[in-house]
Amino acid sequence: MIHFVLHDKQDSVAVVVVEGVKAGMKLKGWIMDEDKSTSVTAKQDIPIGHKVALRKMAVGDTVIKYGIDMGKVVKPIAAGEHAHVHNIKTKRW
Amino acid sequence: MSIVTKKTTFLGYRRENGRVGIRNHVIILPLDDLSNAAAEAVAHNIKGTLAIPHPYGRLQFGADLELHFRTLIGTGCNPNVAAVVVIGIEDGWTQKVVDGIKATGKPVVGFGIEQHGDHDTIMRASKAAREYVQWASEKQREKCSIKELWVSTKCGESDTTSGCGANPTVGDAFDKLHALGNTLCFGETTELTGGEHIVAARCANDKVREQFMFMFNRYQDVINRHKTSDLSDSQPTKGNILGGLTTIEEKALGNIQKIGKRCTVDGVIDKAEMPTHPGLWFMDSSSAAAEMVTLCAASGYAVHFFPTGQGNVIGNPILPVIKICANPRTVRTMSEHVDVDVTGLLQRDITQGEAGDRLLDCMLRTANGRLTAAEALGHREFVLTRLYESA
Repeated sequence: MIHFVLHDKQDSVAVVVVEGVKAGMKLKGWIMDEDKSTSVTAKQDIPIGHKVALRKMAVGDTVIKYGIDMGKVVKPIAAGEHAHVHNIKTKRW
Repeated sequence: MSIVTKKTTFLGYRRENGRVGIRNHVIILPLDDLSNAAAEAVAHNIKGTLAIPHPYGRLQFGADLELHFRTLIGTGCNPNVAAVVVIGIEDGWTQKVVDGIKATGKPVVGFGIEQHGDHDTIMRASKAAREYVQWASEKQREKCSIKELWVSTKCGESDTTSGCGANPTVGDAFDKLHALGNTLCFGETTELTGGEHIVAARCANDKVREQFMFMFNRYQDVINRHKTSDLSDSQPTKGNILGGLTTIEEKALGNIQKIGKRCTVDGVIDKAEMPTHPGLWFMDSSSAAAEMVTLCAASGYAVHFFPTGQGNVIGNPILPVIKICANPRTVRTMSEHVDVDVTGLLQRDITQGEAGDRLLDCMLRTANGRLTAAEALGHREFVLTRLYESA
């Protein structure tokens, strides 16, 4: 089973595509563009469709998805944590 | 590999101006809010006709009024419409819409309510509608080339599965249709924010790129004039955020997956304008689902691809809307709204090419007459875009 997918190997976040991801689970991932596998251990429960951080990020870092800038980090994020509106914000509006 | 080739055909209705439709509606089109009651009474009297009520059309002026006329005339001109009865509070503007639709050569007539009242107007309009619907019911479908099908797209209630599943499915289908010479459309101007450079890079030439950036910047000016923090939870929406989307950039990067990997942006149109040649068109438009789909119908598109993540339920009175979904929870909880299930894409069970083919197969079946989920469920959202206050 694939637990999460990412578009590009540069991505710092990935999308959880199954229900029931709990803290402590070792998650299998699929890098779509390269058709390769990867993994990360979930540090928190993460709902389907929400993002898991693939690496440690500091405040002000740029978040990468699709290999492209999707916003900035506003609270420190550890690998395996839930990455969403509580720790990432747009650079636009 | 693709299930569609240049030789692929479908059974459509060829209209007087040569355009091909996939539905055969006789519509009762009110010019303004005041005429909704009469239009609905006519549609009640004459079975098989369809009233399209809406709340506007009075005291609009300038570009906002022009857009109102363009949208109503475009709706009447759409090849999914066989004939049109227009009803307005007075004759002048009613006739303007009639004349606009008449250019297609299809049967159209208008009725003004003033000096007659609702009863007399309903009687006169019902007589015309009965003739039209019986005439239209004898129209036969004929074999048409796939490239004669105009296809638009817009996504809604997106989540992160849209960007990695449902939207790339549309992108794959668009790449295949673009190669066959179809006329295609995408829009949602503000939902390109953060990815506008990607669209600009895909433009076929500098002229198109300039037109695209003009439209993009014009809409950014509107946003900047009125903006609140995070646009008051409107971009991304509450539903988007619940589905896991975090920023407008992330939403935009997912949105852009709908234009595939190969097709170029070949032209730019303003809201409800009609494309003048085949290829992929960018239409400046709101990202609100019903507004955008209404504009696509008014631009002459005959079938619409609507990827969703969290489960938008939208339809349109005249434009069949095909829903594509890759979120397994949504497919489980809202299956009656989903036409094409591509959840297998995210488990690597099917390829993007196979997902695109599934959508194209559904498109051809829809073109041949199969009702979409939204049609079967009676979703007929018709929402006019307003540019500013009435006078």
